[in-house]
Amino acid sequence: MAVLVVIEHVDGEPTEPSLQALTFARGYAVDGAPGEPVHALAVGLAPRGLGELGVGTVHLAEHDAFGSYAPAAVARSVVETIQRLAPSVVVAAGSELGNEVMAHVAAMLDLPLAANCISASGDEVTRIRWGGSLLEEATVHSDVVLLTVQPHAVAIEKAPVGEPAVERFTPDLLPADLAVRVTDRVEAAADGVSLADAKIVVSAGRGAGSAEGFGIIEELAALLGGAVGCSRAVTMSGWRPHTDQVGQTGTKIAPEIYIASGISGATQHMAGCKGAKKILAINTDPDAPIFASADYGVIGDLREVVPAISAEIRRVKGA
Amino acid sequence: MNILTCVKRVPMTGGTIVLTADEQAIETRHLGFTISPHEECGIEEAVRLVEAHGGESVVLTLGPAEAEEQLRDCMAIGAARAIHLVTDGEEWDPQATAAAIAAAIHADGTAFDLILFGNESADAGNYQVAIRVAYALGLPVVSGIKGISVADGQVRCERESNGGRDVYEVPLPAVVSVLEGLNLPRYPSVPGRMRAKSKPVAASTPPRRESRLARRRLVVPAGQGKQAEILGHGPDAAPRVVEILQQIGLL
Amino acid sequence: MSTFPGGAKAVVIGCGIVGNSLAYHLTQQGWTDVVLIDKGPLPNPGGSTGHASNFIFPVDHSKEMTVLTLESQRQYIALGVNTECGGIEVARTEERMEELRRRMASAKAWGVDSARLVTPAEIKELVPFIDESILLGGFYCPTVSVVDSLRAGTIMREAAVESGALTVFASTQVAGIDVEHGRVRRVRTSRGDIEAETVVIACGVWSPLLAAMAGARIPLVPMVHQMIDIGPVPRFAKASKAIEYPIVRDMDVFMYERQDGIGLEVGSYAHRSIQHDPEDIPTIEAAALSPTEFPFTQTDFDPQLADALDLMPEIVGDESVGVKYAINGLISLTPDGMPILGETPEVKGLWSAAAVWVKEGPGVGKSVAEWMVHGESHIDLHSSDVSRFHAHQQTRSHVRARTFEAFPKTYGIVHPVEQWASDRNLRLSPMHERQKELGAVFYEAAGWERPQWYEANAPLVERYGVAAREAEWDARWWSPIINAEHLAMREHAGIFDLSAFAIFDVNGARALDALQRAVLAQVDVAVGRVVYTPVLGSLGGFKSDLTIMRLGDDSFRIVTGGAHGMADRKLFADLLPEDGSASLVDVTTAWTTIGVWGPRARDILASVTSDDVSNEGFPFGTCRTIEIGSQLVLASRISYVGDLGWELYVPIEQGARLWDLLWEAGRPHELTACGIGVYGTTGRLEKSYRAYAAELESEYTVIEAGMQRPKVKEQDFVGKDAHLRHREEEPAAILCTLTVDDHTSASGVKRFPLGREPITLRDGKPLTDSKGRRSYVTSAGAGPSLGKYILMAYLPPEHAVEGSQELAVEYMTEHFPVTVDVVGPRPIFDPENTRIRS
Repeated sequence: MAVLVVIEHVDGEPTEPSLQALTFARGYAVDGAPGEPVHALAVGLAPRGLGELGVGTVHLAEHDAFGSYAPAAVARSVVETIQRLAPSVVVAAGSELGNEVMAHVAAMLDLPLAANCISASGDEVTRIRWGGSLLEEATVHSDVVLLTVQPHAVAIEKAPVGEPAVERFTPDLLPADLAVRVTDRVEAAADGVSLADAKIVVSAGRGAGSAEGFGIIEELAALLGGAVGCSRAVTMSGWRPHTDQVGQTGTKIAPEIYIASGISGATQHMAGCKGAKKILAINTDPDAPIFASADYGVIGDLREVVPAISAEIRRVKGA
Repeated sequence: MNILTCVKRVPMTGGTIVLTADEQAIETRHLGFTISPHEECGIEEAVRLVEAHGGESVVLTLGPAEAEEQLRDCMAIGAARAIHLVTDGEEWDPQATAAAIAAAIHADGTAFDLILFGNESADAGNYQVAIRVAYALGLPVVSGIKGISVADGQVRCERESNGGRDVYEVPLPAVVSVLEGLNLPRYPSVPGRMRAKSKPVAASTPPRRESRLARRRLVVPAGQGKQAEILGHGPDAAPRVVEILQQIGLL
Repeated sequence: MSTFPGGAKAVVIGCGIVGNSLAYHLTQQGWTDVVLIDKGPLPNPGGSTGHASNFIFPVDHSKEMTVLTLESQRQYIALGVNTECGGIEVARTEERMEELRRRMASAKAWGVDSARLVTPAEIKELVPFIDESILLGGFYCPTVSVVDSLRAGTIMREAAVESGALTVFASTQVAGIDVEHGRVRRVRTSRGDIEAETVVIACGVWSPLLAAMAGARIPLVPMVHQMIDIGPVPRFAKASKAIEYPIVRDMDVFMYERQDGIGLEVGSYAHRSIQHDPEDIPTIEAAALSPTEFPFTQTDFDPQLADALDLMPEIVGDESVGVKYAINGLISLTPDGMPILGETPEVKGLWSAAAVWVKEGPGVGKSVAEWMVHGESHIDLHSSDVSRFHAHQQTRSHVRARTFEAFPKTYGIVHPVEQWASDRNLRLSPMHERQKELGAVFYEAAGWERPQWYEANAPLVERYGVAAREAEWDARWWSPIINAEHLAMREHAGIFDLSAFAIFDVNGARALDALQRAVLAQVDVAVGRVVYTPVLGSLGGFKSDLTIMRLGDDSFRIVTGGAHGMADRKLFADLLPEDGSASLVDVTTAWTTIGVWGPRARDILASVTSDDVSNEGFPFGTCRTIEIGSQLVLASRISYVGDLGWELYVPIEQGARLWDLLWEAGRPHELTACGIGVYGTTGRLEKSYRAYAAELESEYTVIEAGMQRPKVKEQDFVGKDAHLRHREEEPAAILCTLTVDDHTSASGVKRFPLGREPITLRDGKPLTDSKGRRSYVTSAGAGPSLGKYILMAYLPPEHAVEGSQELAVEYMTEHFPVTVDVVGPRPIFDPENTRIRS
C-alpha cells in the first residue's frame, strides 16, 4: 500500500515543513513495511531534490489555474491522486496551507483528518492540542488515513533513492474548485526584521506597564538587531499590534535567543516560542513557570534589568 | 447582512495543564471558560459588519449546557441571538461537529451572508470544521483571514503570506475562518451584559454522528526538564547576560 | 537564598500581609531567630492578599476591629503605602440612613472624628459621576484609604531580613506539623524539617488545613467575593493617581465602586453565599490565575449590574466601557465575623493568625507578636481569640451554616442583639421543654438556648405598667416583658435558667497555688466560701471575672459566663503545674444551674428543703450542699441581680426535676420565670455590676473599674506588678453609672440607646481621657425598679462627678441629657445591699 505526501514548494523549492512531512511519511509503518519509496504530489512545478528524501514517484498536477493559489484546486488534485493511487496514508505538512488543503480533501471525500501529528503508526496517531501544550492519542477510523505533520516534530533525514519518476496529470477541476483563489496581493512595507524570522526576539508582558513602557524593549531589540514581541495580554490591552504577539494565536517564533521579560509562561504564550533555541527569562517571580522552559534567568523587574542590559551592550560595543 | 459566527467553549488554562484521572479531558474544576481567541475576533468582526451594513449577528455553539455562558458573552458584545446545539459535554470530532452545525444552519432558515469561524479551536486545533461546513452547505470557504471587507455582494479577505497579504474576493454567501489580529475585540459593556440576559437562545439537541477521529487519551508532554541558570538578580545581572549573548555569537 | 535551618525560635507560615507583618513585629519585639515560609512565590504567593481590593474604611461597630484597623492604617502610612482618598457609605433608604447615624456614633466612640454625614449634593460634589438623586445621604470618612498590601508586606519582610533576625523561604510546602506531648515540635517542609518552639499559621483560607496537621482547629471557611473591573473610563483618562475619587460603598445593595487608575472596580457582597472547602483550593500549578482567584461566575453577578448602573450611570452605562477583568476572589469568613488569633487551645506553641483582612493585617501582626513575645497585646483581642470557640463552633457544619448566614450581613444592617437563624438548638438545658411551655423566646449563648423572656409573662406588662418602646430599632430584639419580669422578681421572686455557665473543677494538691496565681482575689478562704474575682492579664487589665467556690481544701469550682468560658478554660489550664499535681476538668455539661432570687426566695427554698437557709444559717457569700427532695443540691448564696437568693447546682439530668419542684413550691409566692434580659441587663445594671467584654476589658485597670480591694494579697498572681503600679496612679477614667434625663428625640419619639454610644458634653463634644480613650456607653438598659434608664461608662475624673448634669449620650446623631448618678462601684439600686444580705 502506498504512502502519498503532498509537497508544498516555492518555485520548485520544497518548504521545510514539507520535507519534515516527507521524512515522517517515510518512517510510517504500512503493513509492517516502512521505508519503501513514497509517492509525492505537487502542483505546478516538480519540486527539486525529492529523490534525496526517498521519493520514488512525483505526481505532478498541471493546470492553468495553478498560477494563483486556490486551495480547493490543490485539494482536487490530491483527491484525484488518492482515487488513482489508493494510498493507505496521505501526509501533508501541518502548515497553514497544508492543513487547509487537507481539510478540503477530507471534506471532499468525507474522511477524517488528523491535523498536526507528531507520530503515527497504522491508524493510531499522536497529535498536538493547545498549540503543543497537550498531546492527544487518537485512532483514525478510515481506510485511508489523512494526516498533517506538526512542523519541527521530526528532523529532515536524507534517504537517496535516485531521481524520482514524474507522472504528470491534469486534474479535472470543477468551477467551484476555483471559486476561492488569490486574486490580488498587498505587499507589506518592509519595516525591519519580521518576528517569525528574527534571530533575536525581545518581548515583554503586561509588566511593561503601558504602551510607552515598550520603549526600553524596542531599544534593546534595536541594539541587538532583533524584533520586538509581546504577550497576548499586551495585545488585548491595545499596547502593541497583534503582529508583535508571540503565542498560540500569534506568531510562532524560532530565534537563536528569545529574551522574554515580564512573561510568566502561560501555555498560550509558550506555544509560540517553542522553536526558540535559547530562552532568557527576566521575571520578578523566581517561581514563574517560564523558568522551567528557559535556559537562563534573571530575577528582577524588567524595567530595571532591560535598560541595564542595553547600557552594558553599549559599553561593550563602545570598548 | 446576516452573519453567523460559530464559537467553541474552551477552558482558560494557566501555566500548567492538569488532566482528569481518566485522561479524557482537562481538569477544569478550577478553570474559567472562554471562547477561542480567533473566535473573539470573529464575533467582533460580525458585530462591526452589522453595525456598518445592518442585518443581524447570530452566534452558534455546539457544546454542553454550560456553553450558554459563552453565548451570553457573545451576545453581550453585540450578537442579537444565539443557537445552542447542546451536547452532553463529550467533545465531538470535526466531522460530527460540522454535520451538526450545517444541519442547524439549514434548520434555522436564515439566509446567512457570512458564516464566520475561528481558523482553529484553541483546544483541539483540528483546522477543518469551517471547511467541512462550507462543503456541506455548498459555499465557498476562505481560511486564515486577518482582514475582511464587504461590498457589492462580495467579501474581500486578506490573508498574511510571505511578508505581505494575499487577497481573496469571494461572492456572498461564504464561509470565512479568521485569525486573531483581525481586529481588537471589545470587552462587553455593562449595558451589553444586561441586554444579553434577555436575548433569545434557541437550544436543541442534535444527533451525534459516530466519531471517526476517536480520542484514546490525552497526555501532558514531558517538560523540557530545564532548570534555568539564574544569571543574577536585578540590574547587576546585565554583564552576565551580555556575556551569554556574546557566547551565542549574537554580539 | 540561605540554607534551610534545622531550628528556629518561631516559624511563621504564610507570606501574606499577616505573616509578613507578624514576622516583622516578632523581630521588632526582640526575637532574633524567626523563619518565614510560604508554599508560593514572593512577593505574591497567591493568597487573598494578592487579590485584595486593599481599601480601608476605619469605622466598624466593633471597637476591637476599629482599633486594629486604625493601628494598621498607622503602619501603612508609616510604610508609605497608604493613599488617602476618602470613602462614602451611601444610603438609598431611610433605614440605611439610620444605620449611618449609628455609624456616626461608632466613629465618635472609637475616635474617628473626621467622619461626617453628607447630603446627596455633597456626595455629588465628591463623586461627580454618581447619580445622587437615588440617595438620601451618606457617611463620609475622609481618612478612608487604599493601601498597597503586597508592598507593605515586602517592606516589612525585607526590613526584618535586613536586621538579621528573619530568614525567608518561598516555594516551601509544609508537609506536616509535629506535636509532641501537647506541644508543637517541628514543621516538616519540602526543604527539610525545622524544629521550632513556636509555629504560627498565617495561611488565610488554607489555615484550617495547616491546623489540622497539628490536630488543632481554625474554624474559618473560604468564601467568594466577586469583583469586576470596567474600563477604560473616559473621565479617568487623565488620572495621575491610582485613586483620586472617594470610594463609594453602596450599602443598600451590598456593593462598592472605586476608581482604580483608568478603570472602575465594582465589588459585591450581594451574591449568594458561595462557600468552598479549604481542600478544594487548587495548587498554584492547577490555578489559571492564582489559587484564591476562582473563575468568575457571571450569573451570580448579573443581578448587581443594574444596581451599579443606577448609581453610576455615566460610567457603568457607557457602552465604550468594557468589563475587562472579573474574579471570584476567596476571602476568609468566620462564624462570628472576627479574626482567629492566638495560641490554639489544642497545641501549646501553635498559634493562629488567620481570617484577617488587609484592613486589619498589620495591626494584627503587631498585636499577635506582642502576645507571643510578652504574653499580652496592648490591643484587647478577646473577640478574636482562637480559644473562644466552643466545640460545636469548631465543626465545619456549624462554620458553614453561620458564614452562609453571615455573608449577606457583610454590608447589612445588623442589630447589636440580632440572633442567628441557622444551626440553632445545639445545646438545650434540661428545663427546655418547660420553658417552651411558658413561651420562652430563646436567645443563643455559647450554643445554649436561653430564654430571654417568657411570653407567658405578658400579663405582667399591664400589671406593672411597663411602656413599650416607640422606635422599632430600639424595640427590636427586646420586649417590655423583660422589665415586667424584673419587677415581679423584685416584688416576689424569679427563677432563672443558668445552664449556659461554664463550670470547671480544679482539684489537686497544688490546685490552690494554681488558682492563687490565676486570679486577683485571695482564694485561700474557708471551705464553703464563694469568691468573686477579676482575672488579670500581665499588663494588669481584665481578662475575665468569675466566681470560685472552695469545695474542699484541694477542691475548687470555677463558674464563669458561657460566652467566654472556653477562653477562661485555656487561661486556667495554662497555669496548671506540669507535674499533674493539679487538674482542671470541664464539668459544664455535668451540672445545670438554676437561680432563685427575690424577697420570697428564702420562703420558696425553705419550703422544699429541711436544711437551714436562714440568713444566719446560710450567710451571703457561702455555698454548701443541701437536700431538696431526693436531690443533693449545691447551693451558692450569691446574686448578680441584687436580690436575696441562691444559685442551685444539680447534675444536669436532675435539672428538670429541680425546676419542677421549685416551680411548684413557688406558686404560693408568685414565683415568676425570668429570662436573661433580667439576669444580664436590668437586674445587673440596677446593681452596677460589671460584665466582662462590656465594662471589663484589658485596656481598663481594676482601679478604673472601681474593683480594687483594700489590700493586695501576698501571693503572686498574673498582673500583680502592673496592678500594684496602677494602685499608685491616679486613674485616667472612672467607671460611672449614669441615667438618661430625657429620652425625647427631636421628632418627639422616645429613644433608647443600646450600648457602645459616645458619652459627650451636652453640645456633642466627645470626652477623651488622659490615655486617649473615649468615653462611651459600656452597657445600657432599663432600671425598672428605679424608673430610670441606666448607662455605664468610664469618665475622665473631671467629669466623674456625682450629680453632674453636663453630659449627654449621643444616639442616632442626637444628644440626650444624662446625669452622673454614681461614681465608682456603689450600686444605684439598694446601695447598702440590704436585699441581698437580708
